[in-house]
Amino acid sequence: MGLLFGLLGALEYVFPGISKGFISFEKIRPLHVSSVVFWILTAAMGGVLSFLQEHTGSPIRYPKLLKIQWGLFALTFMAILISYLFGIFGGREYWEFHPLFSVPILTAWILFLINIFSSVRNFRNQPVYVWMWLTGVVFFLFTYTESNLWWIPWFRNEIVHDMTIQWKSYGSLVGAWNMLIYGSSIYLMDKISGNSKYSYSALAFWIYFLGLFNGMFNWGHHIYTLPTHGYIKHIAYAVSMTELILFARIIYLWKDSLTTAKKHLHIQSYKFIMSADIWIFITLGLAIAMSVPALNVYMHGTHVVVGHTMGATIGINSMLLLAFVYDQIHGSKKLESYKSMFRIGYSLIQIFLPIFVLSLIVAGFIKGYWQLQEEQSAFSVMMKSLKPYFIVFSISGTGLIVGLLMVIYPAIRSLLSMNSQNN
Amino acid sequence: MKTDQYKLWTLGLLSLAFLGYSFQLYVSPPAEKPKEGKEASLADEGKLLWQEKNCTSCHQFYGLGGHLGPDLTNVSSNRAPEYIEAFLKNGTDVMPNFNLSQHQVNALMEFLAEVDKSGQSDPRTFKLNLDGTLSK
Repeated sequence: MGLLFGLLGALEYVFPGISKGFISFEKIRPLHVSSVVFWILTAAMGGVLSFLQEHTGSPIRYPKLLKIQWGLFALTFMAILISYLFGIFGGREYWEFHPLFSVPILTAWILFLINIFSSVRNFRNQPVYVWMWLTGVVFFLFTYTESNLWWIPWFRNEIVHDMTIQWKSYGSLVGAWNMLIYGSSIYLMDKISGNSKYSYSALAFWIYFLGLFNGMFNWGHHIYTLPTHGYIKHIAYAVSMTELILFARIIYLWKDSLTTAKKHLHIQSYKFIMSADIWIFITLGLAIAMSVPALNVYMHGTHVVVGHTMGATIGINSMLLLAFVYDQIHGSKKLESYKSMFRIGYSLIQIFLPIFVLSLIVAGFIKGYWQLQEEQSAFSVMMKSLKPYFIVFSISGTGLIVGLLMVIYPAIRSLLSMNSQNN
Repeated sequence: MKTDQYKLWTLGLLSLAFLGYSFQLYVSPPAEKPKEGKEASLADEGKLLWQEKNCTSCHQFYGLGGHLGPDLTNVSSNRAPEYIEAFLKNGTDVMPNFNLSQHQVNALMEFLAEVDKSGQSDPRTFKLNLDGTLSK
């Protein structure tokens, strides 16, 4: 769904209004965004649930709650997407659905939290990824609740206060789901390498706390141009710059990571982790630049932000989530028969994703330049000038979709085959 | 174990700082809240309508939102009311006609006027400082 509506959305940029007669952009955008967010959330939860069971050696504590959780999420997500088709909204950006849908989502998340905490059983001397899962699940609950504070008139009756809290919740919420995903990726790397020393090390925990610190306090870099409290922006700027530590660490460990890559590249799930590593470097570099207020003003409100988001959600989150999926189907006989399809699909993703992101970044810089001109042409004239970049964006996006489908299809077939064998 | 204690203390301190920061922001709005009355109520109606029609999928306030349409933060001071009403009542080649009633149009206009009063979103109004910060 996310891929289909992403393609339709891209076509709207090339031919604005092309689908207005049957499905206009205010429906296409949330259909794409919500589908992708639901993919990220469900796969992240699935990763945590699978890996936690492997880690503890025991099944999930309350399987009935798990079924209810799954049912609630599945039905709610489907209902939301259907409601979009009928033009039923009421929420905010990224959570455009009618606010009543938040109730089952929150309920299902609480069930997930109960299951995760009770399945850990022993909280002593746990590796960093368990800390990340537990933190992430609580942090998401808080920030998701916070993102619904606008229901209360006090929070929404002044736009700057409203947007401050909105972007505070959004920034931290992404940090929360990243805790789940990065935690699972650390578990998976331990599993692939057969060495869990890192996950218990002081360094791992320092990096975890640095990530959490950023998730909690750097969200203000989304709102540098909002006329809100100055201290929010100063805190965000200072905290965001601590991510340079992570950036420097990636550069420092670059040679070692190549050695590790050579050892494990034959493993399909590792291929996705390596791809995510590269995208973490690229996206982190861009994010740090965007977090400098004086640079942010050139990129804020432009397609550079979209490029960063795509780089993060596809290049990092989706690559890691696909790594988790492929770990679960590793060794499946069905998967063997799709080896060439996987290889071609994976290559297409690595070729087209950089072009896709770059086309957005270039379009964004052109818009940013336009934004700062004393004499500005009309908005429509500026958008027309970006058309060549939107064409590249659409073509590379199509290539990316084909690549993703070529890795998703074998995974679905393998999962279904494994499921029928288990039954 | 002692190391678990250090980790718990660190997590606890971070969490407390975060909660304190959060509640501080909840109770200290950056600008004066609008006084209750007919206009405020109409603006609130306009805001909820803005969400119902999902205008943010194409439009931005303070650079935050969709990219298919222009930023509308200060459209109330930059354009005449008739100009804005024309868009709201008819749509364009790209923007749908939402078949809004006159009351709904008035509510959205009131909401946009409130947003306009909150500040200036034009990035040309910012001054870049050497330390990387921005000022007005």
